[in-house]
Amino acid sequence: MLNDAGAAAALTTPRPSGAREQFRQLARRPLQPRRRLHPGQWLASVVVIGFAAWLIRTLAANKLIGWSSVGHFLFSGAILHGLLGTLELTVVSMALAIALGFVLAALGACANPVLVSFVRFYVWVFRGVPLIVQILAWYNLALVFPVLALGVPFSTWHLQGPTNTLITPFLAAILALGLHEAAYMAEIVRAGLVPVPHGQTEAALSVGLTRRQAIRTVVLPQTLRVIVPPTSNQLVGLLKASALVSVIGGVELLTTAQRIYSVNFQVMALLIVASVWYLIVVSLLTVGQHFLERRLNRDRIGGDRSASSELAPDLSGIDPQL
Amino acid sequence: MNATTAEPMVEVLDLHKSFGSTEVLKGVDLQVHAGEVMCIVGPSGSGKSTLLRTINRLEVPDSGLVVVGGEIIGYELHGIQLRERREADVARQRSRIGMVFQQFNLFGNRTALENVMLGPVRTRRADRATARQEARRLLIQVGLEHRLHAYPGSLSGGEQQRVSIARALAMKPDLILFDEPTSALDPERVGEVLDVMRALAADGLTMLVVTHELGFAREVADTLVFFDDGRVAESGPCRDVLARPRQARTKDFLARVL
Repeated sequence: MLNDAGAAAALTTPRPSGAREQFRQLARRPLQPRRRLHPGQWLASVVVIGFAAWLIRTLAANKLIGWSSVGHFLFSGAILHGLLGTLELTVVSMALAIALGFVLAALGACANPVLVSFVRFYVWVFRGVPLIVQILAWYNLALVFPVLALGVPFSTWHLQGPTNTLITPFLAAILALGLHEAAYMAEIVRAGLVPVPHGQTEAALSVGLTRRQAIRTVVLPQTLRVIVPPTSNQLVGLLKASALVSVIGGVELLTTAQRIYSVNFQVMALLIVASVWYLIVVSLLTVGQHFLERRLNRDRIGGDRSASSELAPDLSGIDPQL
Repeated sequence: MNATTAEPMVEVLDLHKSFGSTEVLKGVDLQVHAGEVMCIVGPSGSGKSTLLRTINRLEVPDSGLVVVGGEIIGYELHGIQLRERREADVARQRSRIGMVFQQFNLFGNRTALENVMLGPVRTRRADRATARQEARRLLIQVGLEHRLHAYPGSLSGGEQQRVSIARALAMKPDLILFDEPTSALDPERVGEVLDVMRALAADGLTMLVVTHELGFAREVADTLVFFDDGRVAESGPCRDVLARPRQARTKDFLARVL
């Protein structure tokens, strides 16, 4: 004991007091961090700002773009109508995709090999065929199936109608976008079901919940947290992908812009109008996504937050548009 | 507790259960009386957990019966046939049997208070206000008055396990099954959970505890069951089994653990 105390005292014994006094004084001086900005970064910043200024000036001065047309059409009835069509397409086909995605994921999670193979096949086809091909295929369905009928097998009762009246451009677009997107949603939901530990389901059963109640009140809400971020990314992708519907001329933003510029030849002005609206809606969705994720993550603390993004399916590099 | 006078609260009769080709329960018979604390000890892999999980039908037995409070768990008698009960009926039976898991299994998206409230609210349709008040009382009882609104992720293992005990108590069960409640805890957190369990035992709760804590068993258990190779190898009043084990296997085990 005495020895230890002696050693400790030796360690704290002041060195020659001059140096120590100097350090004591220096301890009060402000600490200067190294300059973070490398001179090269200064230079690059100046170049970028200069380029941006030049670009804005050039664009603003360009009489051929027709800025007055941009202003004129941005809030025109036709464009707003087209925007509404785009939003409708996006919302309805996303709803279809989410519902179908859950069904496909549920089928894929069961033990039946027939159903599992079906889901794999579905995902393979609808994710593999380019969306624009799928849009054209649904739109031209009448070429091979001129009449569509809905009936009870082995009975004479049925409803039928000509394909061209049943499959409107709007419905063709919904089917193409929705079924294509459902293949992605199935994968997202499948990945989301895995991380909820089975023990939580058992705990719910042990307090007297039925299996359905356990899934609804314990598993699904936690699945949502994992599913929401990739799903909102998909929603943004789907919004942009809906512009592809212009190849069959549905009621949507790009089609409307094209109709207008085919008459007044203000091509770039109307593409800018459409772009502005796409950017506005995408920005709103991104803000909404941010708040939704924050709400869903409120029970997560610290480093746990990264777990949900690790578990989310890796969709980078997959371009849902084409 | 005088074991011979009353009908047992839990009666396990010739229970068999296999997973694939591995027979885990090889004919288990067991009786637990109201107010009794029974500790089950034995080597790992001997089927102790499976036995507990079969009692509240998280596992379905291959043959044999579990009777709790005079009701056959999972089946009802039609003439001379035992027919599997409907799921809602099994859920009602489970709600009478609390369970505390080794890994706590708290609902990750709910606060401590919400974890405790969930059972009463979803099953008995108790109104939320009553359930909330009761949950608060139980969490205070297990010493967590300062963590009512914490999510499981921010609780220590010992705190999570105390929440899970409160969750089981919230259903006012006839008995609680404890499946190695302290095995996943840091050593310094074991005591706080055992303290809670000690208090419950003193209150007269019927408890069936699979544990490696022989000290706890010695102090609290009325009956000690030594489980080995899918069977009850030896059982009796706790002091007797610990002091004078009759079976060689029990002696070996106790010699290794103590």
